[in-house]
Amino acid sequence: MKAAEATYQEGISADPQGQVLTVSGLKKKFGKNEVLKDFNLVLNKGESLVVLGRSGSGKSVLIKCIIGLMTQDAGTINVLGNDVAKLNKEGLEALRGRVGFLFQSNALYDSMSVRENLEFPLRRHSGKSIEELDKKATDALKNVGLAHTIDMMPAELSGGMQKRVALARTLIMNPEIMLYDEPTTGLDPITGKEISTLIVDIQKKYNTSSITISHDMKCVETIADRIIVLIEGRCYAEGTYESLRASKDERIKQFFE
Amino acid sequence: MGTPKAGQQFLDETGGISRFVGRFFYEVVRPRYEIKEFLRQCYLVGYRSLPLIGLTGFIMGLVLTMQLRPSMITYGVEAQLPAMVSVSIVREIGPVITALIFAGKIGSSIGAELGSMRVTEQIDAMEVSGTNPFKYLVVTRVLASTLMLPLLAVLSDVISLYGAYLGVNIRGNTSMSLFISQVFHIIEFNDVLPAIIKTYFFGFAVGIVGCYKGYFSSKGTEGVGRSANSAVVISSLLVFILDLLAVQLIDVLGIN
Repeated sequence: MKAAEATYQEGISADPQGQVLTVSGLKKKFGKNEVLKDFNLVLNKGESLVVLGRSGSGKSVLIKCIIGLMTQDAGTINVLGNDVAKLNKEGLEALRGRVGFLFQSNALYDSMSVRENLEFPLRRHSGKSIEELDKKATDALKNVGLAHTIDMMPAELSGGMQKRVALARTLIMNPEIMLYDEPTTGLDPITGKEISTLIVDIQKKYNTSSITISHDMKCVETIADRIIVLIEGRCYAEGTYESLRASKDERIKQFFE
Repeated sequence: MGTPKAGQQFLDETGGISRFVGRFFYEVVRPRYEIKEFLRQCYLVGYRSLPLIGLTGFIMGLVLTMQLRPSMITYGVEAQLPAMVSVSIVREIGPVITALIFAGKIGSSIGAELGSMRVTEQIDAMEVSGTNPFKYLVVTRVLASTLMLPLLAVLSDVISLYGAYLGVNIRGNTSMSLFISQVFHIIEFNDVLPAIIKTYFFGFAVGIVGCYKGYFSSKGTEGVGRSANSAVVISSLLVFILDLLAVQLIDVLGIN
């Protein structure tokens, strides 16, 4: 048995300091382009953290490293007591069951109906009966106000509805941590506001901790307990929405203009 | 310098496909087995290709017979037309034409589907939800292609022979029983078996190339189009290369 196979920790939800996720000294480069340079982050239990940064600043790379879709060049990512880079395939799969990921493009399986999309992760891991799966899927859709779409195909839904269904699919596994990759990108301001409010409601209802990647300041204002500004691959500034808005730093002011 | 770059690209691509094939054999024997998705792919790959394969097979048999007749008359062996056509169809034309049609229909559809799933992050979403996308998407499709193409080739052969029977009767008068007896008089087990065996390799090549091009698709919608296109081009080329190797092997083994 490899040393890494023993490292997955099932029961840990937060460390004694109440931290559910820590990133330290994270480095990642593509060719000569170093997108993350010694990046650090801490997520506390129940907290909604927003990572703010310009397009191409490495925000999406950061959360893909957190969930293990990309491998960092250096640094440590600890999620719910597990060092992500040291986990074997089975450990990583188990950890992913506790972490939800909402993709920027929604990533709904377009060959499956909404029902099949929602039941897909459950069907493969929970061993529930068809009735239980249906009930879970219906409940998850009710939580996002789209119970009537259960037998529709993703292509028949609007962008906002697809986002809600994708959110329902993520929540169906009752994740402890949610990762949102630009949840309001491509949506009109009204739908964007609805999605932001939904994220806040879900945070309270499911008692999750979350990291949201965004540069939509309306969304950031609605959901953020704390903000980290990512500039040139590093944590440039950190604070609440109000404290950063009051900042005199030109590079931070740009986001609020 | 274009040539060294093209050479490097060729080696990269060959290495990539080799690793992909290696991973396929690693994943195919390990649980969990995606039986339901495999059966669904067999239906999509096999049953849905049947009308196209059947139609092309019928035309192939009919046209081949009509084209051969004048030459056969010239040499005074018109009576041997059913035997000549059936050997051509069963040994070579049936498997190869079926594989090429299959590459065009299934290779492109697999390349485009997986490519589209890659660029819209559906493959990542599958991975994040704790499903092995390689096993679910690639293994099932490659197995379905490998197992369905031989069946399609056999059906295509049968339909081609029916087309040939009609072709013979356009300017002649041969009964079905006489036609069948002439066909089975000339065709031997050694004609059928190597032809069927090579279609397994054709099916595997079409499936693996389609999946490889789609799975590693990039650059948005343009990349999806490119994946579908190169899946067809490479798998069609591979069908001819494999056919060449099969003919050489059959010759060496003396089962002609």
